[in-house]
Amino acid sequence: MQSFNPTEAGFYGEFGGAFVPEMLFPNVDELQREYRSIIHSDSFQEEFRALLKDYVGRPTPLFYSANLSSEFNAQIYLKREDLNHTGAHKINNTVGQILLAKRLNKKHIIAETGAGQHGVATATACALMGIGCTIFMGEVDIERQMPNVERMKLLGAKVVPATSGSRTLKDATNEAIREWINNPVDTHYIIGSVVGPHPYPDMVSKFQSVISEEIKAQLKEKTGSSEPDYILACLGGGSNAIGAFYHFIDNGKTKLIAVEAGGEGVHSGRTAATIALGRKGIIHGSKTYLIQTDDGQITEPHSISAGLDYPGIGPVHAYLHDTGRAQVVSVTDAEALDAAFQLSRKDGIIPALESAHALAYLPKMKLRKDDVVVVNLSGRGDKDMMTYKKHFEL
Amino acid sequence: MNRIHNLFGRKKENILSIYFTAGYPSLDDTTQIIRHLDAAGVDLIELGMPFSDPLADGPVIQESGQKAIQNGMSVKVLFEQLKDLRSSTEIPVILMGYLNPILQFGEEQFIEKCVGTGIDGVIIPDMPLPYYKEHWEQLCRKKGLSNILLITPETTDSRIAEIDVNSDGFIYMVSSNSITGSNKAMDLQKGYFERIEKMELRNPRLIGFGIHDQQSFDNACSYSNGAIIGSAFINHLSKEGTSADSIQKFYKKIKP
Repeated sequence: MQSFNPTEAGFYGEFGGAFVPEMLFPNVDELQREYRSIIHSDSFQEEFRALLKDYVGRPTPLFYSANLSSEFNAQIYLKREDLNHTGAHKINNTVGQILLAKRLNKKHIIAETGAGQHGVATATACALMGIGCTIFMGEVDIERQMPNVERMKLLGAKVVPATSGSRTLKDATNEAIREWINNPVDTHYIIGSVVGPHPYPDMVSKFQSVISEEIKAQLKEKTGSSEPDYILACLGGGSNAIGAFYHFIDNGKTKLIAVEAGGEGVHSGRTAATIALGRKGIIHGSKTYLIQTDDGQITEPHSISAGLDYPGIGPVHAYLHDTGRAQVVSVTDAEALDAAFQLSRKDGIIPALESAHALAYLPKMKLRKDDVVVVNLSGRGDKDMMTYKKHFEL
Repeated sequence: MNRIHNLFGRKKENILSIYFTAGYPSLDDTTQIIRHLDAAGVDLIELGMPFSDPLADGPVIQESGQKAIQNGMSVKVLFEQLKDLRSSTEIPVILMGYLNPILQFGEEQFIEKCVGTGIDGVIIPDMPLPYYKEHWEQLCRKKGLSNILLITPETTDSRIAEIDVNSDGFIYMVSSNSITGSNKAMDLQKGYFERIEKMELRNPRLIGFGIHDQQSFDNACSYSNGAIIGSAFINHLSKEGTSADSIQKFYKKIKP
């Protein structure tokens, strides 16, 4: 769990750091000082691992898809994060952070959410621990992900619509940060991705790294080798991607491929493909690539997938891209929809639209018969049924 | 010595600083509002550079920023507007804004332009102190551009001491744990204000966030050298317009 670390100040190369106003300094400083010793302590790890096993349902299966393997002429495995409790990888992180918040004696939790998966995972962990929570969600996302809004409410969370800006994930994050400024002492902010000021990118990476830890062991058992040729994951902020990459970063063999949301096309003006279009700058307290105007105003992104509809990426991914360790590509809304349809019909698995982006890159790869490819199926598609219904005319 | 140092050198109390967003309500209002504020008797001006994602700001400043961006305001356009600033006024002017638009403009070029147009200081809330020291301090000192730092009720004494060493011009005391434009009761902050007063900092102090009328201004001034008004002034501009009379009227409400 300690192999890949940022510097003491939270930098991966030139990316990361904590560019926060003084109002947030004490909150962020407290986390920076405490998080390592807490999350690496035996008692924390024991409680975290037990919850992942008995509550979240880990390890999640690594499924050999005979159908996709034959379709794409390679050995294709799906890491079934969709089978986690609440239906996505997000809960790996919220369980970790709620245990941290308890140890810091925090009385209230706030979180942002895009697709609603992180919101549901946060509300779930809060219900389990008996801590109140407030979830900020863009007005646009509330409309397109209504089932998740209803789940959060049933779990006891207060859902607050973000009405500023583009009314999506970026603005929900702004609102959560403002709430944190207004309540700095007893509130913990559970960020759902590897974004935000240090230590969030590192902390969330470490909680999600259980994904690649399991892939390694499961592949070893199934193929005799713990190192695949390729790992594919969708990339919004980048938490499922870093989770799937983490334990392979230091090996020279595995090609890491992150798939961004191309929206209606990278040059259509309606896209969330940050690496394709972004320039270096600061978003939500972290230096990274982001989509912005020449004047430094952050652009309103577009993706059919609410979870990838974010104009930045985690600083760790900016670093992996710049150093050439990971390859960042993009697929369009239409390609993701096709891939979701295909997996539903071929394997009987309805993927989340986010995860469908990773699947949609398979046809674009030049694969050989014996290439071992792991696709991180980060979440299930129940929440996207309204969109699927509309596009597939069900 | 810049105009900020001169101001605090000659005036020790009841200093009124006004914040407004450049390019709001209309793109070309910026310099006219500066002149009217100067004529009305305001001591110091904080000129906000609008940003799409202002983390520390409440709805009033957010909305004025969004409007200003729509109007076409940017760092580049602002410096164009300010090129004749010093032919008409000697009031100290500070630019306040988030780091990202400055990074895209170019940090060195930004400092050069500030000095060239007669800007006296900057407030960049999301620029960390170590980053300032590494990338900005030397140039700011050389060019006489003040960097003003913030403290809040949660800032520890040891950090306040560090900020006092590194802040130049004055210290911006955020009145409560809040974003701008909040009306958290200021009387609850008595303990914080008195604690800071007792620290005998080398810098003068202005209190901001939530100051909106004569009473809150006077209250803040009783613990500091003066106070900063932002959201309440922007609200006034939205309702009453940008004329000399309107701005004079606002000033008289704060300082009858």
